[in-house]
Amino acid sequence: MTGSPPTRVVVLAGGISHERDVSLRSGRRVADSLAEHGITVTMRDPDASLLGYLVENRPDVVWPALHGASGEDGALRALLGYLGIPYVGSTPAAARLAWDKPTAKELVRRAGVSTPDWITLPRETFRELGTASVLETVADALSMPVVVKPAQGGSAQGVTIVTDAADLPRAMVDAYTYGDVVLIERRVVGTEIAVGIIDSGDGAVALPAVEIEPVSGVYSFEARYNAGETRFFTPARIADEVAARAASAAVRAHEALGLRHLSRVDLVVDAAGEPQFLEANVLPGLTETSLLPLALEAAGHDLGWVYEALARAAIADGAPAR
Amino acid sequence: MTAHGTTSPAGTNLDPWYHHYAARAAGLSASEVRALFAVASRPEVVSLAGGMPFVSALPADLIRASFDRVMTESGPQALQYGSGQGTPALREHILEVMALEGIRGGVDDVVVTTGSQQGLDLVTKLFIDPGDVVLAEAPSYVGAIGVFRSYQAEISHVTLDDDGLVPEALRERIAELTAAGKRIKFLYTIPNFHNPAGVTLTWQRRIEILEICRENDILVLEDNPYGLLYFDGPPPQAMRSVEEDGVIYLGSFSKTLAPGFRIGWMLAPHAIREKLILANESAILSPSSFSQFVVSEYLSTADWKGQIEVFRGVYRDRRDAMLGALDDHFPELTWTVPDGGFYVWLTLPSALDSKAMLPRAVKELVAYTPGTAFFADGGGRRQIRLSFCYPTPEAIRLGIRRLATVVDGELELLDAFVPRAQSPEHTDSRARSEKVAGPPPNIH
Repeated sequence: MTGSPPTRVVVLAGGISHERDVSLRSGRRVADSLAEHGITVTMRDPDASLLGYLVENRPDVVWPALHGASGEDGALRALLGYLGIPYVGSTPAAARLAWDKPTAKELVRRAGVSTPDWITLPRETFRELGTASVLETVADALSMPVVVKPAQGGSAQGVTIVTDAADLPRAMVDAYTYGDVVLIERRVVGTEIAVGIIDSGDGAVALPAVEIEPVSGVYSFEARYNAGETRFFTPARIADEVAARAASAAVRAHEALGLRHLSRVDLVVDAAGEPQFLEANVLPGLTETSLLPLALEAAGHDLGWVYEALARAAIADGAPAR
Repeated sequence: MTAHGTTSPAGTNLDPWYHHYAARAAGLSASEVRALFAVASRPEVVSLAGGMPFVSALPADLIRASFDRVMTESGPQALQYGSGQGTPALREHILEVMALEGIRGGVDDVVVTTGSQQGLDLVTKLFIDPGDVVLAEAPSYVGAIGVFRSYQAEISHVTLDDDGLVPEALRERIAELTAAGKRIKFLYTIPNFHNPAGVTLTWQRRIEILEICRENDILVLEDNPYGLLYFDGPPPQAMRSVEEDGVIYLGSFSKTLAPGFRIGWMLAPHAIREKLILANESAILSPSSFSQFVVSEYLSTADWKGQIEVFRGVYRDRRDAMLGALDDHFPELTWTVPDGGFYVWLTLPSALDSKAMLPRAVKELVAYTPGTAFFADGGGRRQIRLSFCYPTPEAIRLGIRRLATVVDGELELLDAFVPRAQSPEHTDSRARSEKVAGPPPNIH
């Protein structure tokens, strides 16, 4: 373990993103775990008074448990860097790369990890080239089924699995309702897994893969946040060599994006046993039903101990503004 | 490097009691729409979603004085358990309140509840077996739908127009359900300043609906939280004012005083009342003694009728601000014009889906309640409920301006992607998608 022990931690949770509710749940869980270790924790919902508060109170470390834009797009992390306040998690530049799903896919693909074929479609593309011709081309190129999702954001919000090309337009509308850029990805049917990565100063370590088996067949918002709606297997029910490949792919993705401290890499293992990268999460969900805490507990870790270790690592790593 | 993990061949669903839940618990789950409402509490967001009374218009000194007197004069009793029926003093006051709407009743026929929401729960518990039918307006109060569902009632909606529930539609629906062998237990109705529709049932229709229900042995559950909050003149007298045996009346201090007291009441026919008292004791032993003492004290000493007049003024100004802003920004749309209460019911262009549009609204920092929350049968996609009770007139105007941007953006998107022939009015492509629908948001 590196870094001096934190005594005062500010956990940021809430915000005005679509994932506010999830963020509040994650933040409370982190705060409780740290408090059980004797750390003085203050939870703050970021608002116009936040930066002034941080300057005045100068906590040892900030834990941004903010899902959605402000917590994951790097902006808040850059501001913390300029204020010289250490924070848990990735640097602003790395966060921005991972936050944008198409960029992350491209970088991870270049690092030698497979990822399902995809196309990125800003809203303007349809304005210029016409909806029908673009969608027809996409449907032919990727073939059904596909996954339509906003290029940014999490918790499966705005995500639709499309099995019939006739449903593609409606799925596009649902995704564009969340943001102006949409990713259409060929759907790979296989074993869905999530690999948590922890790096508290001794290098990136892949946690046991968690296999996800939603009751409804789709890992939707409801399946994510209602206990009982998804069955999790830790470690995943995959062959040892496949698990090793998945762990290696996850670490490569984490490193290719330049992430630090913690992340969660979502993969699907295809019929040939090949792990395919779906996305990386700079701030994985840390709620009662989230995958990273599940993996940590399955690996025998105490959540509070790990979160404290990450806070120590953040103090040791300083406060990068880039 | 891979950390060593533990093995659990059966996996875990994180809820070992998942298969133990009662069937009536189905639907009690987190949903994407409900999660989106978390943003409505942020100060940047203009929330036209919730039905929170503007309690800041209630002078704190008035309540503080009542608190002080209760603690000085009746502290031990106010802090003790009480009767399951409620204190006699408060029930006397409730008779005075109801008299303003033409209702005459005996003090023994009043049962005090923890908000009228609990009254809804008790009545439903008393009358509904799984599969029994509850008739309700289309749309109806989301909190009532939740209660009816939790007792596994079949909710059958009946058409509502600008004059309230349509008697002829009620007659037809009863005939259909009866022919199908269904057992109809009661009609749930909000005659005054309807939630969410904002409309008021005319006097003539009140009489006609009571006759229809009498003819068909159907009890009427009259829910009237807003009746005293009229703007242009009082609504017609309560249905309970002309029918004692066939009506259970629900009243509340949540809107005319403050919801934090959680004090509502039921006025029921004698035989039903006895069972409601027992059911109330079984559920909560007794409603809050402390709240009852404070409310009684307030009603004894404060100018409570004057305070209701203050509330009317506040809400009238806000209603006017909302109607003006709707006129300015939505010249082609239609909405209801309430004479009281908290809500306007807006109908969107046919292509739009109010539930699907909500994320865009949240992005634009305005929140509303999608119409689907007020239907048990998937209706309401084109409608939204706009609450004018809580935001200031300035915030309401800003919120409606933002909503116009949201509607424009969504229309542009739909024009590009979904030809009119595939709009929700004609077909629902979502039914073929693999989206999982959540329950309606519990926004009152």
